[in-house]
Amino acid sequence: MSVKAMTAKEVAKKVINKEELFILDVRNESAFNDWKIEGDKIEILNTPYFDLFDGVEEIMDAIPENKEVLVVCAKEGSSIMVAEMLSDAGLSVYYLQGGMKAWSEHLEHVKVGDLTNGGEIHQFVRLGKGCLSYMVVSNGEAAIIDPARMTDIYLDYAESIGAKITHVFDTHLHADHISGGREIAEKTKATYWLPPKDATEVQFDYQPLEGGKTITIGNTKINIHALYSPGHTIGSTSFVVDDKYLLTGDILFIDSIGRPDLAGMAEDWVGDLRETLYDRYRELSDDLIVLPAHFMIIEELNEDGSVAKPLATLFEENHGLNIADEAEFRDMVTGNLPPQPNAYQEIRETNMGKIKPDDEKQREMEIGPNRCAIR
Amino acid sequence: MIQTNSVLDAKGLACPMPIVKTKKALNDLEPGEVLEVQATDKGSTADLKAWAESTGHQYLGTINEGTVLKHYLRKASDEEKEEKSHPNVIRNEELQQKLEANHNSVVLDVRESAEYAFNHIPNAKSIPLGELEEYIDELDKESEIYVVCRTGNRSDLASQKLTAAGFTKVFNVVPGMSEWEGPTEKSVN
Repeated sequence: MSVKAMTAKEVAKKVINKEELFILDVRNESAFNDWKIEGDKIEILNTPYFDLFDGVEEIMDAIPENKEVLVVCAKEGSSIMVAEMLSDAGLSVYYLQGGMKAWSEHLEHVKVGDLTNGGEIHQFVRLGKGCLSYMVVSNGEAAIIDPARMTDIYLDYAESIGAKITHVFDTHLHADHISGGREIAEKTKATYWLPPKDATEVQFDYQPLEGGKTITIGNTKINIHALYSPGHTIGSTSFVVDDKYLLTGDILFIDSIGRPDLAGMAEDWVGDLRETLYDRYRELSDDLIVLPAHFMIIEELNEDGSVAKPLATLFEENHGLNIADEAEFRDMVTGNLPPQPNAYQEIRETNMGKIKPDDEKQREMEIGPNRCAIR
Repeated sequence: MIQTNSVLDAKGLACPMPIVKTKKALNDLEPGEVLEVQATDKGSTADLKAWAESTGHQYLGTINEGTVLKHYLRKASDEEKEEKSHPNVIRNEELQQKLEANHNSVVLDVRESAEYAFNHIPNAKSIPLGELEEYIDELDKESEIYVVCRTGNRSDLASQKLTAAGFTKVFNVVPGMSEWEGPTEKSVN
């Protein structure tokens, strides 16, 4: 019948709005098992495109008649081939424009809330990879926290509201995605902040972000308090924004906690992680809204697509915050580690400025799921 | 340089074309023959491997040469069904023990050179079955010769040929490299 393109943005809307969608993922089985599009009402079938060369008859029965059908592959070519075969067989189907690559790079922009004196805080949700980044705006100035490699979305949004980006932060040296922090800072002449303990090997200039430091955005004095919180990395730093939001980086997520092993130091850092989660965070007001740098499962999304919950709720519901016994905590954190993210060493080196892979290579290094959390 | 029966240029082509073309190219080969596929699409390695598995072709390996990936595939053959008739056989495990004890045993690998290149017993001598008659003089009639292939069938034919040519201490290794658990090495990077 027909073949139409569906963009990653349209798929993101369906995930957030919990709309029904049938996905035929035609990548090879191991790529599919590693990582796929997930959503509440998404039904998904994996049949590699190369098993369909001789026809789609075998899968026709598995494709529902009353749902939209989206064919997905790595880059789009194979999904178009299969979509055309399905169309020839009488179906109306979509293919994912740009494939899983585009899905991995799509950022969904959600306003999280208002700040004192007209300021706002925004979240950028990278659904395909589970990464979250933030923009704090106030009175013509903006700060960005943990930006993704796709920097245009932040630059364009700041421009559209007439804000000048003055500060860029990374809560820690990331191992799962390539930071856009340095690029944004260079383009906008903003100050780039990194925790010095994570930055001992970086090959560029940065401002040392240390606990106790306060940075002001806009005339309205929206304060960002840095809070040293080691555990995921030795330099990991949290922020309290406007006494209202707690940006936890990769230390604490909504339904899980950070893993301490991506720099090869699980045994050494598990103690720091516990101290951060069980002592330092306990000293904070539990009215703070937690804004993490990742989510792991789609259930962590709120109805509007944002990822945020009061610290008090996490103290009650997050399993990783409720293990009284220290030895048990140690076992869970070091004995239960998921596989390490794709190319994490190369990603760390890129974020340190030690290697400079081209765009295509960077894209490829980031392909795959996020694996920063322990649940 | 790995010898193959045919070379397919799939450079610059994006998925699904490298596999579509590979499928066509293999159609033109005889069972057991080897194809080299040159591709630049990085996803082609995992896809070829998975496709070969689902179709019964043998994925041998991939060599990275700058931006070009050279994949090696051997067309499916029904050799497993043939009957073995050379009387002297040795199990993989026994051969492994012999090799550990005595490094001078001659292991003759009669698979295609591309199969040998990606995975073989250390110090094994490579003479593909089809070239055995040509190179038979390189072998010593007095030594014990252990003939190996992937599943024991080509090595069975080779053992019969050697026996007919007057070799007396020839053993067919079964089941062969497909289940070999001893040390192996590669002659490519």
